[in-house]
Amino acid sequence: MTKFFKTSIIKFFALFLIPLSAIADWKLNLRQGATPISQDIYDLHMVVLWIVVITGIIVFGIMFWSIFHHRKSKGVKPATFSHSTTLEIIWTAIPLVIIISLAVPATKLLIKMDDTSESALTVKATGYQWKWKYDYLEDDLTLYSNLDEKSVELSQRVAGVNPMEYENYLYDVDEPLVLPVQTKIRILTTANDVNHAWWVPDLGWKRDAIPGFVNDNWTYINEPGTYRGQCAEICGKGHGYMPIVVKAVSMDEYKTWVAAKKDAQSAAKASSNVTMSKEDLMTKGAAIYKANCLACHQAEGQGVKGVFPALAGSPIATQKENLGGHIDRVLHGKNLMPKFGEQLADGDIAAVITYERNAWGNNTGDVIQASDISAARK
Amino acid sequence: MAAKDHYYVPEGSKWPIVGSFALFTLFVGAALFMSGKMNGNIVLYAGVALVAYMFIGWFNDVIGESHAGKYNDQVDVSFRMGMGWFIFSEVMFFAAFFGALFYTRIFSVPWLGGVGHETATHQFLWSAFEAAWPLNVSPDLEKFPAPKEVIPAFGVPAVNTLILLTSGVTVTFAHWALKKANRGALNLWLAATVLLGFIFVYFQAGEYGHAYHELNLKLSSGIYGSTFYLLTGFHGFHVTMGAIMLLVILLRCMKGHFSKKDHFAFEAVAWYWHFVDVVWLGLFIFVYWI
Amino acid sequence: MSTLAHDHHHAPTGLKRWFYSTNHKDIGTMYLIFALMMFFIGGAMAMIIRAELFQPGLQFVDPQFYNSMVTIHALVMIFGAVMPAGVGLANWMIPLMIGAPDMALPRMNNMSFWILPFGFAMLLSTLFMNGGGPAGGWTMYPPLVLQLGDAFPFLIFTVHILGVSSIMGAINIIATVFNMRAPGMTLMKMPLFVWTWVITAFLLIASLPVFAGAVTMLLTDKYFGTSFFNAAGGGDPVLFQHVFWFFGHPEVYILALPAFGIVSTIIPTFSRKPLFGYASMVYATASIAILSFFVWAHHMFTVGMPIKGELFFMFATMLIAVPTGVKVFNWMATMWRGAMTFETPMLFSIAFVVLFTIGGFSGLMLGMTPIDFQYHDTYFVVAHFHYVLLTGAIFALMAAAYYWLPKWTGYMYDEKLGKIHFWLSAIASNVLFFPQHFLGLAGMPRRIPDYNIQFADFNMISSIGGFAYGISQLLFVYIVIKCALGGKKAKAQAWEGAKGLEWTVPSPAPFHTFETPPKLTKAMLEH
Ligand code: HEA
Ligand code: HEA
Ligand code: CUA
Ligand SMILES: [Cu+2]
Repeated sequence: MTKFFKTSIIKFFALFLIPLSAIADWKLNLRQGATPISQDIYDLHMVVLWIVVITGIIVFGIMFWSIFHHRKSKGVKPATFSHSTTLEIIWTAIPLVIIISLAVPATKLLIKMDDTSESALTVKATGYQWKWKYDYLEDDLTLYSNLDEKSVELSQRVAGVNPMEYENYLYDVDEPLVLPVQTKIRILTTANDVNHAWWVPDLGWKRDAIPGFVNDNWTYINEPGTYRGQCAEICGKGHGYMPIVVKAVSMDEYKTWVAAKKDAQSAAKASSNVTMSKEDLMTKGAAIYKANCLACHQAEGQGVKGVFPALAGSPIATQKENLGGHIDRVLHGKNLMPKFGEQLADGDIAAVITYERNAWGNNTGDVIQASDISAARK
Repeated sequence: MAAKDHYYVPEGSKWPIVGSFALFTLFVGAALFMSGKMNGNIVLYAGVALVAYMFIGWFNDVIGESHAGKYNDQVDVSFRMGMGWFIFSEVMFFAAFFGALFYTRIFSVPWLGGVGHETATHQFLWSAFEAAWPLNVSPDLEKFPAPKEVIPAFGVPAVNTLILLTSGVTVTFAHWALKKANRGALNLWLAATVLLGFIFVYFQAGEYGHAYHELNLKLSSGIYGSTFYLLTGFHGFHVTMGAIMLLVILLRCMKGHFSKKDHFAFEAVAWYWHFVDVVWLGLFIFVYWI
Repeated sequence: MSTLAHDHHHAPTGLKRWFYSTNHKDIGTMYLIFALMMFFIGGAMAMIIRAELFQPGLQFVDPQFYNSMVTIHALVMIFGAVMPAGVGLANWMIPLMIGAPDMALPRMNNMSFWILPFGFAMLLSTLFMNGGGPAGGWTMYPPLVLQLGDAFPFLIFTVHILGVSSIMGAINIIATVFNMRAPGMTLMKMPLFVWTWVITAFLLIASLPVFAGAVTMLLTDKYFGTSFFNAAGGGDPVLFQHVFWFFGHPEVYILALPAFGIVSTIIPTFSRKPLFGYASMVYATASIAILSFFVWAHHMFTVGMPIKGELFFMFATMLIAVPTGVKVFNWMATMWRGAMTFETPMLFSIAFVVLFTIGGFSGLMLGMTPIDFQYHDTYFVVAHFHYVLLTGAIFALMAAAYYWLPKWTGYMYDEKLGKIHFWLSAIASNVLFFPQHFLGLAGMPRRIPDYNIQFADFNMISSIGGFAYGISQLLFVYIVIKCALGGKKAKAQAWEGAKGLEWTVPSPAPFHTFETPPKLTKAMLEH
């Protein structure tokens, strides 16, 4: 708290010192983005923005002129008129005309955005509490995209860390969505548990990801680059912690990336399913815990009272006879607990369970191997 | 009209605060009960009892004041408006459930089955599901086991339709009798209405039993069961309440209450009864029939 | 118990006066005090929100608790502060304005009020329950809301009980206006405040039961195995959003229309000139109300509706700018060539017109489907609705309080402090909410407890504005208490240019007024 107040006070005064040049750097307007659609949206936004600004200037201008000139202290006598049919017709008609002239381009743009046909590539984005899963349908590749480790660390409320020093705080992931540029890409959105929304501002739209339904969208990225966004529909505790990062590359790079990724995945799968030492399992497990479990069960396995059960000292993670139950819970989930069997390889699950059964004073000494998990899957 | 030269403002009363507390107890009880807390049901029953106490006490006072001749025509009009708009709010409550029924029938079920603009939904998530209505197969049969069959319109529901429509007629006869100060006919027609009301409820309960045990049509058998039970269930609840209110009016009639001109309570309940009647017609058509 | 009217002449005393009340003025006072208390509770939650968002990094609270602050802040402000304040004003002023002795159904009136404290006790108690308070946003979308712990049924039943209260209140207002007007007070002679309130009452009766139905479906989905909002059973989570917003959009006009009525009363008074375009004001209000039932899905443009639906709701939404514009222009024309003075109520009303219009402008932008794909669920939306709600509805309510305080208490409030309160509020609220437009456009989603550093500067400015605004409101409480205790005596006609029956009775208004219908002269019916 004292840290908070000290920095706040300093910042408050610093505010008055900010040179005008810095204010000029402030981002005030909508982004133009990186796709033809985002540009169209920006243009339409500017049109309606100018219309309302001008309307505002006129309306408020008349009002303030009146406020300055028609005041009692100037000794004016109030007029007595109370209506004017002509005026009333005019100021009904003009807004109507404005609205129609705005609705026409909006309709055109909407129709353009609605057309997902002739796409060269389809990606299915599935929202999970709290991460994204991407399926590249044509390339038969699946990724899970979690908040990056550095953000996880900085977002824990501990002394000595300052997110201000990290440019991509809460805006980076471990596995970005890699997409080719200059290609029409169809993006399907859906969710596994609750509503989420997939949004990268530079692509020009957001679309809800709703469990049980699949929404259809498309994009066409002009330039290579990294484009960042966030989940945009409240989805519980971790809603602020499920960023989206799109890495746009050339088609050739994309193809190489896919091939490399697939190789890496099968290699990882193979190596993950080997028997490992307890130390290695613990290190690996700690990393997996951080990426997948920490948001709910917390850094010290203490959980959140009433919502997310503690693991430290809990029967399921400490008693021998519950080992089977522990594995089952991680594989198949229960209530809010997701089914990690769908998301993680056997070796990963083995590692994280080993970690959970030996960290934070849960010194059971149990060592779980990938083979135990694959046995439990059957 | 007495109203226009002097207004009537009732004196203070304890019933509003009793009523607020009763509702509070009722809802807290229901909430405790549903979240599985100990003794929630006791609080719930206490709430029901308090609500009943409030109604009885409040109406007793009003009846007393009415008999004492305190009310004037203006008060009568206020009561009428109150009842009328209350019924309108009930109509809107049912509208929410009819809305849900239409939405699922017109949009979500066909979409899940791959019709319309949501083809991706069918393709990726429910490719085995085929849309139909009555929905006797649900997208995920494990979670929501489908009913074997649903209740056909032309069976008990049709009989029930006749019963309710008839009761709408009998209550009108009762009203005419009251206006002609024909007490015998009044009591007879009213008794017939009450009886028809309870017969309806009895049949409906029988249908529920049949549906639950033989047809496997349950609240949990997918959206058909959900809309079916909530619509008919809330309607059935309203019929029960209406029948009880009619019964109270019948008892009051037998005690000699109401006069040719002055019988607002009778009319209010009659309106209510017509309202449950009309809702039933909607149900019969959209839930059972088409 | 005699039927003679003079029985009722003296006010009952003690607790009974309040618990057993059938007096529209007492009940109105209770509503207003309750609303003010709720404004502070909701405001205190807003302060927690702003403190957490002061800078990046988690500062004070857990994300789950943050979410429940956001949720309850909104519920308390909407259902606890703005709506009861509106009903309180209706209670106090409608009978006085139409020459009625009281509300049409005084006992039911008392019950409408007394349900509220119980309802909010239920809602606020959820904060202490296992699993915490409701945290899925005030919009309660499933499936997220179904993950709530023990608080869940309490949330649902809070909605039910508050719905009962509001529906009874609305019925009462309709019956009062249609049945209790003094002879000669024809519909088109009624003060505009009365008109806006009847129309609001119709919105309430038509929309709240639908909301009750929607949350009932949530309840059965959670506890009784139904599948309204679950695709696995043939339902659709989006169905809830449709039903909710069928209520929710009219609800925002329920908050706005009484504010329109207030401003339409105050601006003519201090312009010393009749309200411009009375009839068109009435028609515009009615059109807004009717249109408000056909625009609901503008809150759900991103759910993936068929394009025909999106277009329909876009057109209907944009259309609302027309009748609202008529109102704004009429206010402008009322001021034109008046002889204005700028007492606190007038200042708040002018600020209302300007700032509400700014909120309306951003509303129009949000109403355009393709660009809403960018704005939706960002701080741009948060800025929009706080402009229409805080600098809209709340500013109008403040104006009303200052305007009628002399009638309620019999004393003039301290004009100098009132002006200070106004300027502090007006400046602070803009520092608070204007930068949120920039945040939204730059890409900051709503309902997040922590954010990327690019959003840091504006969030800090916004928080500073928030604290300043919050502290300024303490001044308001001081002014009100001071005014209730004494000060310069108010005349029956407290404001030089004021029109309307309420100014023909003494200040403070006696316990009973218009026990016999007033004889209305032509001058009294002017507006
Ligand atoms: C008092 C409450 C109030 C009022 C009056 C309004 C008024 C309007 N609102 Fe707002 N709105 C809210 C409260 C309100 N809103 C709330 C609480 C939410 C968020 C809910 C949530 O998600 O939590 C919301 C959200 C919201 C959305 C959803 C945004 C999103 O989530 O993506 C939209 C979209 O269309 C919208 C539109 C409008 C429009 C078009 C109006 C119009 O009525 C405005 C009309 C007024 C004007 C246009 C200004 C005056 C007119 C003129 C001077 C005439 C000439 C002008 C022109 C033709 C340009 N509102
Ligand atoms: C009438 C409605 C109303 C009103 C008046 C307000 C008033 C305020 N609102 Fe509210 N708000 C909503 C309705 C309203 N809001 C709604 C509907 C939402 C959406 C919720 C959702 O997403 O589900 C929302 C959401 C919302 C958010 C977005 C949260 C998020 O998305 O993460 C924020 C953030 O800044 C905010 C801030 C404020 C502030 C600072 C005020 C201030 O104006 C409050 C000022 C009042 C006080 C401060 C009280 C008085 C003073 C004291 C208590 C004394 C102590 C003072 C100090 C310590 C300084 N509100
Ligand atoms: Cu996922 Cu918000
Ligand atoms: Cu709206």
